[in-house]
Amino acid sequence: MTISLKTRYLYVLLLILGLMAGTVPALSSGSGEEDKKSHGNDDEFDASSFIMEHVADSHEWHILTKKDSSEVAVYLPVIIYDKASGLHIFSSRLLAHGHSHLGYAIAHEGSYAGKIVRVDKEGHHDGTKPPLDFSITKAIFGMFVAALILLWLMIAMARSYKKTGISAPRGLQGFFEPIILFVRDDIAIPNIGEHKYSKYMPYLLTVFFFILVNNLLGLVPVFPFGANVTGNVNVTFVLALFTFLITQISGNRSHWRHVFAAPGVPVWLLPIMIPIEVIGLFSKPFALMIRLFANITAGHIIVLSLVSLIFIFKSVAVAPVSIFFVLFMYCIELLVAFLQAYVFTLLSALFIGMATAEAEHH
Amino acid sequence: MLLQSSLASPAIGTVFWTTLIFLILLFLLWKFAWGPIMKAVTAREDMIHNALDSAEKAREEMKVLQADNEIILRKAREERDKILRDARVAYERMMTEAKEKSQSESDALVRRAKELIEREKVTAITEVKREVARLAIEVASKVVAETLKSDAEQQKLIERYINEIEANRN
Repeated sequence: MTISLKTRYLYVLLLILGLMAGTVPALSSGSGEEDKKSHGNDDEFDASSFIMEHVADSHEWHILTKKDSSEVAVYLPVIIYDKASGLHIFSSRLLAHGHSHLGYAIAHEGSYAGKIVRVDKEGHHDGTKPPLDFSITKAIFGMFVAALILLWLMIAMARSYKKTGISAPRGLQGFFEPIILFVRDDIAIPNIGEHKYSKYMPYLLTVFFFILVNNLLGLVPVFPFGANVTGNVNVTFVLALFTFLITQISGNRSHWRHVFAAPGVPVWLLPIMIPIEVIGLFSKPFALMIRLFANITAGHIIVLSLVSLIFIFKSVAVAPVSIFFVLFMYCIELLVAFLQAYVFTLLSALFIGMATAEAEHH
Repeated sequence: MLLQSSLASPAIGTVFWTTLIFLILLFLLWKFAWGPIMKAVTAREDMIHNALDSAEKAREEMKVLQADNEIILRKAREERDKILRDARVAYERMMTEAKEKSQSESDALVRRAKELIEREKVTAITEVKREVARLAIEVASKVVAETLKSDAEQQKLIERYINEIEANRN
């Protein structure tokens, strides 16, 4: 293993920062519950549901509500697969405002809240398991947009290399090349090693830029940006799963020996050590998943909470303070966008490096 | 509340689409972006590396060349000094030789002259002696003409005396 002291310090620092950031959603969720208790009449501004509406995934992309309470929204396609009736594709406009279509509706309460469920004639959930929902939701749409932007940027950059041949970097190259070289020289090579890193570079670069672009676009509050992609636990689950699979597939003999027969551990300890090590295999990517999800979601919740303050106090006077803090949070979020992309990539590289490291001779 | 909401609830559709989008993105970027970009970057790095290497090599060569020049220059200087020294030596030797030669020649000339003078002197003296003798004889013969019967005997006698005197002198 070749982890420099600098990287290790950085790792510890980021871990502490990550833990600190991780406590924020708990706090804000606490205040949300108080809000819920106090809300009695419908006039009261419900900060909790306002925030959740923006942070959570949905089938429609709400843009604004007009004064006459008609909504301007982008209705995304609903794709559901039901074992009984097969595949259905229709616009989510048909499910808006609690309407049902083909016997499906979006549940508003219960354990399936926000999901498409089968409903009876009165529009109540009939209690069956919901159909498989492959809809293009807000997060998925945002992810498509981010992927297209990323493809466009990177392929344009690769093209310019072909066009200009070997020359000093400029334009797009000048901006992205240092980041790509940073991923190579400060993430991949120190953690995976000079000889093996190149195999993992495409994954590390893709995951880094995928997270970075989604983080940054998540901060842009205008359609078609601003979807909470990296703050969606399912998205971070998939990313962490990729890291997990790559780590386990490329794990060498010493990696598995470390799990099932750790060198230097007495045999009678193995029944305790093996479960701990096996849990360790899963807890590492699990931490990756939660860290990214929690950091991004927390950031969004804080920004939305600060905006909510204006409506909770029902006072324009609060607005300057709120806006000041929102701007401050945005600066931090900008940093976090890069930081979390870096941390995810760094830890992925670290796990891969640990799994592929040659056995140390004790 | 957080766990109950759709924030943290599993959604198979999101997982499916994320996997699909990510895999396609990974493939496309791998093929069309990371591959060419990394290749170009590596090529450029290699080029810079090579350029620096060759510059370093050229500098080394320059240093060697300069050292060579120095050696050649020093050798040339030494050569020049040697030639000059040799020339001076040769000059001096030639001068000495010429001096010696002229000295010996003049010595020989003087000696020859002396010898010649000596010989001339001897000849002259002999001549004088002979003349004196002849005169003496003439005088004597005239004086003693009567006493001597033949001239030839007289002459022979006189010459024998002269030769004796000569031999004694030498």
